[in-house]
Amino acid sequence: MDTTHAHNAAASSATPLLETVNLVKHFDISGGLLDRIQWRGSNLEFARTVVRAVNNVSLSIAKGETLSVVGESGCGKSTLARTVLGLYPPQSGQVLYRGERIDNLSPQQMLPYRTKMQMVFQDPYASLNPRMKVREILEEPVRFHHKEKSRSEVKDRVAEVMKQVGVCPDWGERYPHEFSGGQRQRISIARALVVDTEFIVADEPISALDVSIQAQILNLLMDAQEQRSLTYLFISHDLSVVEHISTRVAVMYLGFLCELAPTEELFTNPRHPYTQALLSAIPQLGAPSQDHIRLSGDVPTPINLPPGCVFHGRCPHADKRCRREIPAFLASGDTTLVACHGVEEGRI
Amino acid sequence: MVWLRRIRQSVMLHSFLHDPVAVGSAIFLLFFLIVGFGAPLVAPHNPYDSASIDVMDSEKPPVWEEGSDERFLLGTDAQGRDMLSTILYGLRVSLIIGMGAVALQAFLGITVGLIAGYGGRWVDTLFMRLADVQLSFSTYMIAIFIGAIVKASLGVGNFERIAVPFLIVVIGLAEWPQIGRTVRASVLGEKNKEYVEAARVIGLPARRIMIRHILPNTLTPVLVISTVQVANAIMSEAALSFIGLGMPITRPSLGSLIKAGFEYIFSGSWWITILPGIVLVLLILSINLLGDWLRDYLNPKLYKS
Amino acid sequence: MDTLLSVENLTVKFRLRQGDLTAVDNVSFTLGRGERLGLVGESGAGKSVTGFSLINLISKPGFIDSGSIRFEDIEITRLSDTAMRKVRGEKISMIFQDPMMTLNPVLTIGTQMIETLRAHVGCSRRQAEAIALENIRKVHIPSPEKRLKQYPHEMSGGMRQRIVIAIALMASPGLIIADEPTTALDVTIQAEIMDLLLELCATEGVGLILITHDLAVVSQVTQRIAVMYAGRIVETGDTQQIVHRPKHPYTQGLLAALPQHSNRQNRLNQIPGVMPSLIKIPPGCSFHERCDLCQDLCREQIPQLNEKSSGAHVACHLAE
Repeated sequence: MDTTHAHNAAASSATPLLETVNLVKHFDISGGLLDRIQWRGSNLEFARTVVRAVNNVSLSIAKGETLSVVGESGCGKSTLARTVLGLYPPQSGQVLYRGERIDNLSPQQMLPYRTKMQMVFQDPYASLNPRMKVREILEEPVRFHHKEKSRSEVKDRVAEVMKQVGVCPDWGERYPHEFSGGQRQRISIARALVVDTEFIVADEPISALDVSIQAQILNLLMDAQEQRSLTYLFISHDLSVVEHISTRVAVMYLGFLCELAPTEELFTNPRHPYTQALLSAIPQLGAPSQDHIRLSGDVPTPINLPPGCVFHGRCPHADKRCRREIPAFLASGDTTLVACHGVEEGRI
Repeated sequence: MVWLRRIRQSVMLHSFLHDPVAVGSAIFLLFFLIVGFGAPLVAPHNPYDSASIDVMDSEKPPVWEEGSDERFLLGTDAQGRDMLSTILYGLRVSLIIGMGAVALQAFLGITVGLIAGYGGRWVDTLFMRLADVQLSFSTYMIAIFIGAIVKASLGVGNFERIAVPFLIVVIGLAEWPQIGRTVRASVLGEKNKEYVEAARVIGLPARRIMIRHILPNTLTPVLVISTVQVANAIMSEAALSFIGLGMPITRPSLGSLIKAGFEYIFSGSWWITILPGIVLVLLILSINLLGDWLRDYLNPKLYKS
Repeated sequence: MDTLLSVENLTVKFRLRQGDLTAVDNVSFTLGRGERLGLVGESGAGKSVTGFSLINLISKPGFIDSGSIRFEDIEITRLSDTAMRKVRGEKISMIFQDPMMTLNPVLTIGTQMIETLRAHVGCSRRQAEAIALENIRKVHIPSPEKRLKQYPHEMSGGMRQRIVIAIALMASPGLIIADEPTTALDVTIQAEIMDLLLELCATEGVGLILITHDLAVVSQVTQRIAVMYAGRIVETGDTQQIVHRPKHPYTQGLLAALPQHSNRQNRLNQIPGVMPSLIKIPPGCSFHERCDLCQDLCREQIPQLNEKSSGAHVACHLAE
């Protein structure tokens, strides 16, 4: 399979661990037949209401790196995460794991990849089955993927991982509700680590936790990455957290990627007007409220995407071309990709 | 005895003990269950044993009335059967039918509800339209229809032998959509939760996710509905028996006792119909009140607002 | 600065089956007219309960056990329900995390604003509408006339929060209590709402109590901070001083745990353990189990909030 796409030349010359190519995910929320009937003029039509959650997203993640996707609520970052893992089938485009296409596999064919790709969720109260003991939650993936393992091997494996994430293995007989939010998130991370994981999608893993607990979980994620050379796709809205742990950062707006750059580059030299606005809005500890870039208007709904660049309605630099033509995701400098006519033309 | 200590410390027990209505109905229900299922041991006579019945004893009033016979605490019916024993045996038949029908409803409802809720789109539409159609026929209509066919094909004599399983199947088939819809609604709520996504990321097959992960989290409302449905099933059975489509008078349920006694109510033998009637009312009431408490305890927000 | 609000030795308890739970323990602070105070802490630290008790909105099984809350010259803890409702409508307004706690989903914005106003002020419909429009303009919402006819669900989260602020302003209160007003919003919207609150405090001379877990936000908006931990205030003082030179080990830990520009990709300083459950607060200093400096004294005696050399008040035996 041909994996040498122009856009990942910037990332690394070797085959990336994970890659998406022009990934598109839309949700049809039009409901039943009756809900869709609409009068338009004098014609009876069947209207479809489609949420365009992820549009033409191409990115590649090299082994061992942390790629963060940031954006505001409703920008499609969580949908992207779930589409990458095959929880949602994409409309079009491809997902490649080590160069092999995985988005069109049957559940059976997908099984070998299921031991490699795992997920950590946002809400530690919803991500653990309340009716299962912690031991059962953690043993299930091992038992399922390694049917050859004996009872004691499974037990040892689970105990080892529990110790690694800082949960006492003796607590396996307890139910999730007996743990605090931070402890539950540790258990959730343990579940992602019990199999032969290489790649973890972390969807806002710390945003539901208290400040002092957030640091503990971030440290745990970074330690695990170091020990097992894991690769992360990290989804977050918290830019200071993203700055802390990422190798590269992708900024998403209304289902489109705006900018993808190495962390330092993105935070010191943001190019896309949206990235600039986003960065200027982060509250800085102890600094007086600086003059941040004010964006006019609200985020449009992903149901009616504006034509042209999706950001043009709020962008201070928008011109005629921005309103008409969707900008391509182009290299700007050695390591940065930006989708903006202004940057391309050198206006911004 | 860890679990014993857990029960003693549980919030549920505390809530239960602080609700006198719940405690009262639980005591009544427990009493009915014990004497109903223990009828062969508890009852002073065996109403099924025709050799022990003497027509000369018929229509004896209860002991506190004039002309009573001290052998028959609650009097006798028109065939000379001891009312107390008949009621106890009838109670047993009613309870068996009620619980059996709900077990069948639960099995059908949970299976259909899980598949419809998890399967989505057309599977969901198919099953739920089926449930709608099912609900648009009343239980009695279905029972009369099926009953007529079964009676005609087997003959009335044979029908009496299969009356209990017949009623269980009819009431179970007629009322499964109640549970089916409840299960579907909670499956729809559960299936997008992150723990289900986590199970899918692990790669577990759909059937395992449904049974092992989603099902245990949907059982709470099923439990609540089931208690109420037991009461409903017992009432349905009584109603069917009252119109002559249920239990034959040779193996009476509470409903057929009421029907049998109804003919004599104006001739002064009120006890034949009133006494089983009181038992039926108390039984239904205790189940429903206990069900109400369970519902309030398990889901105070959803129902009380 | 003359004092707008003074809270003294406030203790709020919740009556539970296992016994009384102390959610707010002996909390004292004051707020000057037009001053902005941040109440910072993790979930369960008692900051929201403190906020609710200021307007006597503690619902059963909670109750104000002891202490006094004086607003202007009214003793809040002793007010009747009717008098309290008057205070809530005219003198103290509250903004919640979820705007839908304030807005009624089945009424238009206009109806809600006008009804609220007429209930409290008793003016004509036309006057009320004019005041409503003026307040919507104050929170910088474009085309206010159109907004009056809209329902809450037709607006975005940021817009709804602006409407809530407009409603809070209508009776020209002396104090606004904002409980996590931007937690549910995106960063760009959060920045705008905070700007708006700052601006309104300045132009209208309103006092602000900002309840939040976000130290960065609080450091930009408020003049003074009170840090709460397990129901007690552990440190209070000038915002910039606390943010740059925290004295209490908990505040220090909290600030060090925030990701900073400088230590990218390194481990963060983490405070070990979790905040104790309010049901079993340890004896002595409630932070001692997680504190590196803990000594015998800390395990035995509850430290009092004392003024230290820096001017900040710190509840720690060891801080100087």
